[in-house]
Amino acid sequence: MAPPPNSPLHLVELYDAARGGHRRSLGRLLTLVERGGAEAERISELAHPDSGRAHIIGITGAPGAGKSTLTGQLVAKLIEAGKRPAILAVDPSSPLTGGAILGDRIRMDDVVGVVATDAAAAAAGDGPDRTSAFIRSMATRGHSGGLALAVPLAVRLFDAVGYDPVIIETVGVGQVEVDVVGAADTAIVVVTPGMGDAVQANKAGLLEVADVFVVNKADRPGANDVRRDLDLMLDLSHLTGQESADGYRPPILMTSALTGVGAPEVLAAAAAHLDHLDASGQRTSRRRARIRSEIQARMEQKLAALTEQMLASTEGAELLSKAEAGAIPPTDASAALLQRLLAGPA
Amino acid sequence: MAENEPTQAELRAAYDREMARAKLRDIPFETMSGVPVDSVYGDGPYPGQYPYTRGVHASMYRSRLWTMRMFAGFGTAEDTNARFKELLANGGTGLSTAFDMPTLMGRDSDSPWSEGEVGRAGVAVDTLADMEDLFAGIDTSAVSTSMTINGPAAIVLAMYVANAEKNGVPRKALAGTIQNDIFKEYQAQKEYIYPPRPSVRIVTDMIRFTAAEMPKWNSVSISGYHIREAGSTAAQELAFTLANGFAYVEAAMAAGVDVDVFAPRLSFFFNSHIDFFEEIGKFRAARRIWARWLKERYGAKDERSLLCRFHTQTAGVSLTAQQPEINIARVAIQALAGAIGGTQSLHTDSFDEALALPTEKAARIALRTQQIVAHETGVANVADPLGGAPFVEWMTDEMERQAEAIFAHLEDLGNGSILEGVYAGIENGYFVGEIADASYRFEREVNAGRRIIVGVNQFTDGAEGQKDLLRIDATTEEYQLKRLADVKLKRNSAAVDEALAAVTSAAADPTANVMPPILDAVNAYATLEEVVKAMETVFGTYVEKAII
Amino acid sequence: MAAETENLRVILAKLGLDGHDRGLKVVARILRDAGMEVIYLGLRQTTDSIVAAAEQEDADAIGLSMHNAGHMTLAPNMVKALKAAELDIPVIVGGIVPDDDVARLHEAGVAAVLGPGASAEEVARVVRDAVQANRAGAQA
Repeated sequence: MAPPPNSPLHLVELYDAARGGHRRSLGRLLTLVERGGAEAERISELAHPDSGRAHIIGITGAPGAGKSTLTGQLVAKLIEAGKRPAILAVDPSSPLTGGAILGDRIRMDDVVGVVATDAAAAAAGDGPDRTSAFIRSMATRGHSGGLALAVPLAVRLFDAVGYDPVIIETVGVGQVEVDVVGAADTAIVVVTPGMGDAVQANKAGLLEVADVFVVNKADRPGANDVRRDLDLMLDLSHLTGQESADGYRPPILMTSALTGVGAPEVLAAAAAHLDHLDASGQRTSRRRARIRSEIQARMEQKLAALTEQMLASTEGAELLSKAEAGAIPPTDASAALLQRLLAGPA
Repeated sequence: MAENEPTQAELRAAYDREMARAKLRDIPFETMSGVPVDSVYGDGPYPGQYPYTRGVHASMYRSRLWTMRMFAGFGTAEDTNARFKELLANGGTGLSTAFDMPTLMGRDSDSPWSEGEVGRAGVAVDTLADMEDLFAGIDTSAVSTSMTINGPAAIVLAMYVANAEKNGVPRKALAGTIQNDIFKEYQAQKEYIYPPRPSVRIVTDMIRFTAAEMPKWNSVSISGYHIREAGSTAAQELAFTLANGFAYVEAAMAAGVDVDVFAPRLSFFFNSHIDFFEEIGKFRAARRIWARWLKERYGAKDERSLLCRFHTQTAGVSLTAQQPEINIARVAIQALAGAIGGTQSLHTDSFDEALALPTEKAARIALRTQQIVAHETGVANVADPLGGAPFVEWMTDEMERQAEAIFAHLEDLGNGSILEGVYAGIENGYFVGEIADASYRFEREVNAGRRIIVGVNQFTDGAEGQKDLLRIDATTEEYQLKRLADVKLKRNSAAVDEALAAVTSAAADPTANVMPPILDAVNAYATLEEVVKAMETVFGTYVEKAII
Repeated sequence: MAAETENLRVILAKLGLDGHDRGLKVVARILRDAGMEVIYLGLRQTTDSIVAAAEQEDADAIGLSMHNAGHMTLAPNMVKALKAAELDIPVIVGGIVPDDDVARLHEAGVAAVLGPGASAEEVARVVRDAVQANRAGAQA
């Protein structure tokens, strides 16, 4: 079979197939989304009218906090409840080579189960259909802002083809990762005992975005210390007025991902948070903020690309060398180039 | 305190007294030219003296050569039984059992996971009936049996005990070793079933059970071999293995067993790789570190608790698929390092193991290789023959220094406890990460030509394909499936269900010992996988995260 | 897009019960360092779980590490399972494979076999070539 040439027609076919539950087509579309450019934009257009229903959940935490295992547990429970969850697992690319090792599937697959045999069991009425979940690994691919474009689009696509909830899992270390999770309807921050995680989370700015805290591996010594630290920080943010005006206070849940203890409570807390968003009208305001930041990210990326082009043009090169020679200050050069850029193509 | 330390003269006098008492082999201890040689040279502490750097016994190989223990197991229980009987008929006293991959992973032969692997790399054991076949006609009170299995070790040991008792041999008469070293599974070999803590609970249950009821049984063989095969450095192999040993000691002590009750029954299993002097330094350092830690940190009083007795196997990973015959030379050098390092037993690899299971001819050459080391080279005449050599002493110290740095890190991870440090290191990927780093570094060096592997990246002329390889046909699998189906048909399934429920209850009760209900279950012909699953409902399963 | 420049997505896994993952981990790093995205499934995968991952991850290639003698059963099973799922993805086998078996694996539809002595450059090149050849074949 020939790989689909990426004509708009084929994108429509792929999209329709994906809507009909064809996993390979969705897989392919996600690759195109990740690659960016005109095809990604066309996919966005296709998905736009069908999206807007899914509950978007972000999960983040330090490496080793047990995010993947917890996510796997959540997914298993969601499937049992008859949902169709999608998971976008984001891992960093190597800045040196652009390559990446994406290893989150391992721990999720285990709890999600071996897919096709389960489908047979489900068809025979012997258990939940775990094929209803879709896991996609995504590398950050270095280029700044790339993630900020690809993630919302992938989420929109999952949403449009019928997955709900859509879970984004990132390693909460970089600003982009924190932003991505912070833009979800419900942001879950996972910390573990004994590694100064609460303090680290505070430093990384995760406390501000968290809607639900999970103290994972709560059977380990120090779990209660972490809980206390988080409570204290929440109290402080209340005192300093950072806590949201409507009095929502993020719950702190103590889970042990290895035994599955706590996963139902995490889901309940996420659902309760969604209810709160709906009741307070914040779901709409979050969506607005998300759309705004996506537009901003897209514009910034395009402008960055145009800036690169402009610097490489004859005119740009000329101004650049003048500035380099000290003939004009860099401020003048950039102002002139910007004016030229805004005036449109020559 | 210096004034309390014995003088060299006192050490020598004590050593000579030991030697006078020792029963020696009846051979001339002289060079091939007829020059008599002493049993040891250089300074004390001598072999058999704390901290045992120079050897665990005074007379070492003058009394008894190392045990030439060759690993065997293939096909059905009956096939292996025939091989066992042949070994015993040829004067062997030790049996060593290799299990197939499904058995090692706690899966029955009829599991979908087992397809294509039944009886391939070892013998398949599904129920007590297979254990009965495996040891049919063998007096288990008169042999020592080594069983290389970890995840489902408790069940296989129970089957061994059940079979013996059916034949009128009481469990207290059974001698042997079960590998039962679960820590290295998470670190290197990856044949785990449950998460670490419940797995260690089973190990401590087994330590308690054997300490009370099987005085001649070695409850854990703490194994660095697989850590090294996975790509660690020599110092990592040394340190991770001994740290695992300390962790078992801490776990058993925490379970209320006196250190001197179980520590004498702990033994070790190391790799002998190709860097000759590094390996010898490693073996010497292992004995010294173990003795010091057991005495000083864990308060062991019994001298036998302090002895790091170990089995050695040559490095399978050093064998090359290219020009496989040259592996015979590698194995010879590695075997020599093991002997100079003072091993208690030795398995020499077959030259074709990089390609397939060893053929009979290759296995014979491997055995002959260590026989040459033992009987022709003269290395067995003098204990610790390289002791006192500046390079070897330095290497021993260096190995110890590197190991101690790793212990310090683990103690740090575990807030002062090695046991907790090992758990933490498993959970946070420390062990697998360190091993993967070391392995990748080595591969890159080979790749860049900075390290020469003969026949692989230099001297590659003369390579040709290997033709005579051992292949195992599919009839084994068919036979074993039928055997299992028969057993399932004939047994009392109500009794099996009841026994399995008792295993689950014991697993759920941290104060219970899982061994007695497992014995009942195997006696009722519950299968290996059924017993595994009965505990899995309580313990869960383990999946490692991707640490690459 | 050319296989030379894009971020190829490669699944690495072991089929069956064998736990030897040293080679697989080394290859994961080699491919990452060659700029590829490795979806690391690791140990104890089934053909079903690999097919599921290949669909969802839109993999360009699948690398299987074989250590025990199971390659003649497991690798052809993988090729068949991919065919059954209508996935046209090259399968590359790495590990100890006796010479006679290499040809038989090729006949069974395995795209390439990498022996234990393969250099890093060779590993990356074989993966790229397999993807390129597969695409050329698909378009022809």
